[in-house]
Amino acid sequence: MSTFIKPGAERQLKNHTSFGQSVRNSLTMAYRGLLKIKRTPEQLFDVTLQPIIFTLMFTYIFGGAISGDIHNYLPVIIPGILVQTVITTSIVTGVQLREDMEKGVFDRFKSLPISRIAPLAGALLADTVRYTIATVLTFAMGYVMGLRPEGGFGHVVMAGVLVIICSWAISWIFAFFGVIARTASSVQGISMIVLFPLTFLSNAFVPVDTMPDWLQWFVKMNPISHLVTAVRNLVNLGTIGSDLVYSLVGAAVIVAVFAPITVRAYMRRT
Amino acid sequence: MSQLRAATSKKEWAIEAEGLVKIFGDNRAVDGVDLKVATGSIYGVLGPNGAGKTTVIRMLATLLRPDAGSARVFGHDVVKEPQIVRQLIGVTGQYASVDESLSATENLVIFSRLLGLGRAEARRKSEELLEEFGLTEAARRPLKNFSGGMRRRLDLAASLIAQPPLIFLDEPTTGLDPRTRNQMWDTIRRLIQSGSTVLLTTQYLEEADQLADRIAVIDHGGVVAEGTVDELKSSVGTSSLQLKVQNPLDIGFARQTVERVLNVKTIISAESANITAPMGDADRVTDLLIALREAGISLAELSVQKPTLDEVFLSITGHGAEDKSTLASAKSN
Repeated sequence: MSTFIKPGAERQLKNHTSFGQSVRNSLTMAYRGLLKIKRTPEQLFDVTLQPIIFTLMFTYIFGGAISGDIHNYLPVIIPGILVQTVITTSIVTGVQLREDMEKGVFDRFKSLPISRIAPLAGALLADTVRYTIATVLTFAMGYVMGLRPEGGFGHVVMAGVLVIICSWAISWIFAFFGVIARTASSVQGISMIVLFPLTFLSNAFVPVDTMPDWLQWFVKMNPISHLVTAVRNLVNLGTIGSDLVYSLVGAAVIVAVFAPITVRAYMRRT
Repeated sequence: MSQLRAATSKKEWAIEAEGLVKIFGDNRAVDGVDLKVATGSIYGVLGPNGAGKTTVIRMLATLLRPDAGSARVFGHDVVKEPQIVRQLIGVTGQYASVDESLSATENLVIFSRLLGLGRAEARRKSEELLEEFGLTEAARRPLKNFSGGMRRRLDLAASLIAQPPLIFLDEPTTGLDPRTRNQMWDTIRRLIQSGSTVLLTTQYLEEADQLADRIAVIDHGGVVAEGTVDELKSSVGTSSLQLKVQNPLDIGFARQTVERVLNVKTIISAESANITAPMGDADRVTDLLIALREAGISLAELSVQKPTLDEVFLSITGHGAEDKSTLASAKSN
């Protein structure tokens, strides 16, 4: 307040936000998200425990029945578990966004001359940290249990990055639910109802040819199946196939559809 | 030509609002509000809880789209040019709009970065503001442990990062103790000295009295009175006279007498046999007391009260401020 404030009528201002500013704003908001994770590390509980528990559970329950023994099942289940766990983690993004939006600080974000997409994009970006933790832990569990990926380390990293990118894209769906829903628990509810059939009606846990014909039709269409196949090919064979392309195209389509409608719903919401 | 423009722009309004309407469901929260706020002034919006004060601020601050009417901030339409308006305003909400889980410094640094300041610059600006608002010692502590006053100060500090020429303060002192409230008032006065314009809402007549150059009284979503503090006060009478008659049966006649002698409208509450009348001229009270004695009406109690928000409301709208808690807190000030 020491300097005299420039009168409002004499300022030269623009009514739009440049792309560069949008990116900078989003990165700042992502930094805010990371700080929040750092302040409340207990919210990383689920991404830490879920990969460990699910990997152990599914491998020992289904291993013998599906692949004859545990060791043969690992190359099948680890990619499946990885996709299921990381995508489930992205639900939290929507739930936390809903909780965050109820706080006064979102009013300030709305009143600042910043890119409208930044508070959302930043929150989603920060959550990739969660996906990374889940990814690393799932692969680590697999390795501990005896998985030795044929594809080599480089392809395992590629598979991890692929899953993180796709989960980030899918988190836009849950962000949309987060913006339109009334309460955080309803976000959780809707998201589970969408995600549960999607992850289980796929090739993630069980070979597709054991399913009835009509179900096979759906499972083969399911984008989750393509993602699981892409990860299996990378991890077990070290190959890049059409499934990877399908997955990335699917991810791009989700973002192209859900990012704009989420931002619109966010702007309307008061 | 440009000189002419510069000359006229000095007189330009910081805020011009015409016929603002906002409807929530079937509740007309704001119902045709007109406001004109001169650059460099403090403008008070006075009203009880639920009168529509916050909704008006939210519309002017581009947080809420008006259902009808228009508003301009320094000549820029809030609906058509929201991103320009946002560069001209700072908003401090009724509930602190800062991040609870982060520290004071982290909050200010993030807001500074969002406003385009560089890393070092953001840090310097945050330290400067924390110093100015007496928060340096608490800078690293999480906000969960902040008192209400510290939170408000941080909130206001966050609104001043970009040095906006127009600042909205939504009930800046509600819930603060008197000492902290006085500090907040000093801060608001200093803002004006540096050339800002302030629009503040309040439930307290005293606050508007202390700070505002002009006041709009809002009730049921509409402006019921507008003017300088003196204009409003004289419309209410500087104080109000309260009479309690001994025999409740006398109250009707006593009221007539009061209205005749003081030449004002009064309000009675039958159950307590109380008559409240605005007291414009204290000398007339003598006449009133004589008149009452001549009529044989005995008084149980006689008191004079300074005008409260309630009296402003009684006199302007003909009904009291609905919210009793508002009333109580206004009187306790």
